Amino acid sequence: MQRRDFLKSVSGLAAAALPGVPQIISSAHADARSETLLIVSEGGPNNLDIHGVGTNVPGYEVSWNCYDRLISHEMKTGPGGVPYYDRDKFKGELAEDFKVDDMSVTFKLHKNAKFHDGAPVTAKDVKWSLDRAVSVGGFPTFQMSAGSLTKPEQFVVIDDYTVRVDFLKKDRLTVPDLAVIVPCIVNSELVKKNSSEKDPWGLEFTKQQTAGSGAYKVTKWTAGTEVIMERNEDWVCGPLPKIRRVIWRMVPQAGNRRALLERGDADISYELPNKDFQEMKANGKLNVVSLPFSNGIQYIGMNVTRPPFDNPKIRQAVAYALPYQKIMDAVMFGLANPMFGAAKDKPTEVAWPQPHKYNTDIDKAKALMAEAGLSGGLETTISFDLNFAGVNEPLCVLVQESLAQIGIKTTINKVPGANWRTELNKKEMPLFTNVFSGWLDYPEYFFYWCYHGNNSVFNTMSYKSAEMDRLIDGARTAAATGDTATYDADVKGFVDLAYTDIPRIPLYQPFVNVAMQKNISGYQYWFHRRLDYRAMAKG
Amino acid sequence: MLTMIGKRLMFAIPSLIGVVIVTFLLTRALPGDPAAYFAGPAATKEAVEQIRKKLGLDKPLIEQFFRYANDLAHGDFGNSLTTGQPVAAEIRNRLPASAELTLLGLIVSVAIAIPLGVLAATRPGSWIDHLCRVTTTAGVSLPVFFTGLVLVYVFYFQLGWSPAPLGRLDVFYSAPPTVTGFYLVDTLIARDFEAFRSALSQLILPATTLAIFSLAPIARMTRASMLAVLASEFVRTARASGLSPSTVIVTYAFRNAMLPVITTLSMVFSFLLGANVLVEKVFAWPGIGSYAVEALISSDFAPVQGFVLTMAVMYVLLNLVIDILYGVIDPRVRLEG
Repeated sequence: MQRRDFLKSVSGLAAAALPGVPQIISSAHADARSETLLIVSEGGPNNLDIHGVGTNVPGYEVSWNCYDRLISHEMKTGPGGVPYYDRDKFKGELAEDFKVDDMSVTFKLHKNAKFHDGAPVTAKDVKWSLDRAVSVGGFPTFQMSAGSLTKPEQFVVIDDYTVRVDFLKKDRLTVPDLAVIVPCIVNSELVKKNSSEKDPWGLEFTKQQTAGSGAYKVTKWTAGTEVIMERNEDWVCGPLPKIRRVIWRMVPQAGNRRALLERGDADISYELPNKDFQEMKANGKLNVVSLPFSNGIQYIGMNVTRPPFDNPKIRQAVAYALPYQKIMDAVMFGLANPMFGAAKDKPTEVAWPQPHKYNTDIDKAKALMAEAGLSGGLETTISFDLNFAGVNEPLCVLVQESLAQIGIKTTINKVPGANWRTELNKKEMPLFTNVFSGWLDYPEYFFYWCYHGNNSVFNTMSYKSAEMDRLIDGARTAAATGDTATYDADVKGFVDLAYTDIPRIPLYQPFVNVAMQKNISGYQYWFHRRLDYRAMAKG
Repeated sequence: MLTMIGKRLMFAIPSLIGVVIVTFLLTRALPGDPAAYFAGPAATKEAVEQIRKKLGLDKPLIEQFFRYANDLAHGDFGNSLTTGQPVAAEIRNRLPASAELTLLGLIVSVAIAIPLGVLAATRPGSWIDHLCRVTTTAGVSLPVFFTGLVLVYVFYFQLGWSPAPLGRLDVFYSAPPTVTGFYLVDTLIARDFEAFRSALSQLILPATTLAIFSLAPIARMTRASMLAVLASEFVRTARASGLSPSTVIVTYAFRNAMLPVITTLSMVFSFLLGANVLVEKVFAWPGIGSYAVEALISSDFAPVQGFVLTMAVMYVLLNLVIDILYGVIDPRVRLEG
């Protein structure tokens, strides 16, 4: 805007002193550039409010930067010296102070915090926002329930600047769940004004504009093309961010995104093929940060409710037949943590993810097939999600090749992205590859969704085992009551069981890769794996 | 003339109704469940059902159809779920971007292809005829996304002559106030010559990509039809009467050779709109092609229906314009019309 006005004002000058013009223009360009972050990515947000219907992952990034939460995580030094969120340490964001008691947590709000329209942030906004998160249904409500936050009665206004959240039961995920993206604080008066009977939570309004108190506000959004965010100069919940303006452009072609980075036109990009990241890392012109997904694994899953994979012997045979190292080299180009081939005598740790002890051993796999009485082989299909074809397709081809050696003939079934979740929900695919990663980085959280007999959508194998359920439930209770000994025993127990029964075979822990110009600093890894502009700086 | 236009528009109505029904059924027959897609990765069965209800997808198909038809009658194309915007507004914003690109591509293509075709026809077997053959064959055999990527690689990445392929304007310019939606026109209206230059330089590569792709049919058709006309008796008569070669070629032969070329042009224009989809992807162009493809990938019904409907209306109008043009060029067609 300012630049345009400036240019208009000099356009008169331009006629008089033509030779001077290019300099003026380029210096104006330079000023605008040094305080602007230009991000290019494949997809953009479809909704600016994470409470909305079907808000996509890029939408989370907008929410994270434009809204505040009561609390957030401290930073620690992660792998490779990159700042990494500290799972166990919380700090106030909108809350200047908070106190966790036995069955509740009390937050004292910053008294001078203001929404983007200037209205003060008060306890009733907090209550309204949390009520909204547990009531609108769909993903936000589901995420809140993961931390046992389900009822509006749990959120109590004490006075204008004090809020108490009551626990339904002891659950160690309750406080962490208040630091994820969903429980963001919304300008309740503004949104109520723009709600209707049909839309009591004003979702239509917040879909198009941000109504928060966060460090940035969206000033322009052209869906599928660009998002422009400006810094909120009155932000009090942390040090004022250095980046004044963020321009986020959608560039669908991965090759062009790389060209833009290498030519120095774009500042930062993610979502590039692994091969590109690996090459960019090697040529050293850009900073490439690669960090493992917290609590995330790419795996081969098998449907255990029907033959042939109802037989653990066959599942173990598959686990011995997978071409783990080839996948790491040829598909991931080394940008992943191997989740296979742990030493035989390595004790199980109280940690997740951790590697299993299977390795590519075709003879052993053949022997197991023979033991199961299937040395004659069998035929099946292997399915993958076309949305991630860049990784999934070569991976499945390698698996197909390898399984053929032990007599398992596979046909590759490519499922369109839009259809993938429906297929997962049906739980009929015999063999497939998929990724799961949890926002909350706790082993029992992962296992609760992926292995528990309550058969959530992520238990893609339909795995049911009374022993497994006992261990998972035991670990959850032990975590809530602080019983470390039982917790450790149960976690080790369910990891061991998952690896002997092997209904899903972990392949690797994928990396989130971000490439940026050398003059960009302050990248932080967050559990949601999106960018936090507040800490970033240029130059 | 007006009766003819009225009649033609009347004929278009049944086909439009057909398009509405077919697109509705086709989008419903697509694999993929929008409710599951938009419920997000962590949704439970109940969450999916809630979304389905919100989207009205739990109603019987026939009821969904009548609601859709009713909305259409009120000018409401529905909401896109992927971009979260009303489809009508999106198409209104994006159509000019596609149209500007396609038209410019077509103009460049015509400016090269027609002279090339005419020259090739007047001198068959000469070097210019061979040049025509080679360029057209090469142009039509290279897929547009490939030409586009090569152009970006050479002119942006290697040589740095062209601006970053980041859509219609440089990132640091703001769009001119919308009058026509065509940036080239709007920037001139706003007397913003900087932005005009930026918009033009952003257009050059994608328009060239489209032009290269569409050279072949236009040049080949011009050449063939010129050859036929040049061999006809009235041209021989004109030549025998001692008219200058330029009068013979331009006034007599070319005008008569135009009819098939115009038909080809309308065809080329329509498949350029299709080719646009890929070009828009390569150049991050905010047009309707890329919009429709993205919607299709995520089973987002409303934009797909809106896109097909818009295209259908555009074809109807395009055909109408072509028919009128026939009349202008050849009075015999007017009599029959």
